[in-house]
Amino acid sequence: MRSATWSEFVITRLIKTAGYSAILFIGLIFIFLLREGAPTFLEVPLRSLISSRWYPIEGYFGLLPLIGGSLVVTAGAAMIAIPFGLGTAIYIAEIAPRWARELLKPLIELLGGLPSVMLGFLGILVLTSWVRTTLDLPTGLTAFTGALLLGGIAIPTIVSVAEDALDAVPRSYREAGLALGATNWQTIWRVTLPAARSGVLTAIMLGLGRAIGETMAVMMVTGNAPVVPTGLGALFHPARTMTATIAAEMGEVANGSVHYHVLFLIGIVLFLISLAVNLTASSLVFRERKRAERILS
Amino acid sequence: MHPPLRAQLALLLTALVLAGCGGPSANGNKPTAAPSTTIENKGSDTMVNLALAWAEAYQASHPAVRISVTGGGSGTGLAALINGTLDIANASRRIKPEEQSEAQANGVDPTELVVARDAIAVIVNPSNPVDHLTIDQLSDIYSGKIGNWAEVGGEDGPIVRLSRETNSGTHVYFLEEVVRRGDGQDATLFAPETLLLPSSEGISAEIRQNPNAIGYDGLGYVTPDLKVVAVAREASGPFELPSAETVAAGRYPLARDLYMYTNGKPAGETAAYQQWILGPDAQAIVTGLGFVPLVP
Repeated sequence: MRSATWSEFVITRLIKTAGYSAILFIGLIFIFLLREGAPTFLEVPLRSLISSRWYPIEGYFGLLPLIGGSLVVTAGAAMIAIPFGLGTAIYIAEIAPRWARELLKPLIELLGGLPSVMLGFLGILVLTSWVRTTLDLPTGLTAFTGALLLGGIAIPTIVSVAEDALDAVPRSYREAGLALGATNWQTIWRVTLPAARSGVLTAIMLGLGRAIGETMAVMMVTGNAPVVPTGLGALFHPARTMTATIAAEMGEVANGSVHYHVLFLIGIVLFLISLAVNLTASSLVFRERKRAERILS
Repeated sequence: MHPPLRAQLALLLTALVLAGCGGPSANGNKPTAAPSTTIENKGSDTMVNLALAWAEAYQASHPAVRISVTGGGSGTGLAALINGTLDIANASRRIKPEEQSEAQANGVDPTELVVARDAIAVIVNPSNPVDHLTIDQLSDIYSGKIGNWAEVGGEDGPIVRLSRETNSGTHVYFLEEVVRRGDGQDATLFAPETLLLPSSEGISAEIRQNPNAIGYDGLGYVTPDLKVVAVAREASGPFELPSAETVAAGRYPLARDLYMYTNGKPAGETAAYQQWILGPDAQAIVTGLGFVPLVP
């Protein structure tokens, strides 16, 4: 009896520590980023930071092309990954026959495990020339090529998590929908999907989180030209993302130089963007849960 | 990676054996001595194949020395030297004054050695009819003043400019000698639309499949399926193709020295290695890889 309470005490403490350590680590990472990135504001005038020229070896530190590049590539990836990912998840969870489902799910999860460098390699060898000739562009190294690859990287995550969420919706929901005379499609769209909404949102956020943080594949196919995107056409021009900039330049800079501090500032910007995305997502999820609880109870 | 791992394993085994015997029984299972010296060599991607070939040849004749070679760009190598984590930094450009002062601040004294010469080849897709350009034309192309191949004698089509990343010594050389035409007061920059590719292979791959593209790279990296453009200082010529002969004779305008930097005057194995690099065996390797030896 005593030993049981002891082990319980230890286990509770361990789990608690594990839980709080996540907060601790995020805090430490943010403090580190701030410490290395904040000196930028003393060294580079703000006007220079929001200019449109990024050429660090000559002291041009405009962040706009990098932030814009990341946004364009990620938005493009979202436009590809969300419809395809959700469509696949719905097909696997709701429509596919049992055998197809048992074949598709592990295959898609396998796809999710592919190293992104390999996808980048495939992209540079196959995708770039395909994009250039099919869309008749000057070059195939564009934001769109990056978005295609990132979409491909995000889809397995979205499918896997969203399918689990759809699968967790009780059978009785669907039966009730069908019994009320709704078609199969109406049941999926109006009953199952809304019931699984928080899980589906999490799936999208996880997928896009993977997309915005992805570095190697993007660096290999987007051309890395620091141009400020203007309008929709920017998707079909080369772009330079924040992650690719950090990856390409961090090895070069001397510790403590202005360039080094600016790269950490880019890290802070990335951190804040993903924080904002996650906060929005979790606020949506929580609101949804409250309503669902109200309806169900 | 290897020696410590092996040493650890041997140690673990010895410990196990000792524990098993319950006493210090001397057997032949002592940790073997790892190769005595390791030289860390890092930097210029242009030089990485050359540095690897040198390291292999040198290790074959000096088994006690281990040389680990990595690329990453001239800036990367010099940064590592400044941060004190490197024995030899390879650089395809001279150390910059800012780097020099950062090194001094860190108590590092970068010492320069010219180890070979290199030509920068301007390359296009084989289907591109343009076969000669002046430095002025190249400057206008890369600074964005010229945007169509028709303006330099080619077919109508957009020019896609390819460049290495800014941490590449080749990038800096091209900026100073071509985009700015060797004029130190000139502040012209690459057009923002210039694609910055992380590797030489990225540039070759894009040029191979894109008839609009133009790029530049060290002569050692130019493969037969790329077309090399003849370059001249003046519009009246002479237009020269890069080769060991034209560089040695001083006729090809885009040639540069390749450097190794050490912290202070090298000593011991590093000094012996550098001495060997300047000798005939190592310089023969230079020629074999498409670079230009110091003494032709």
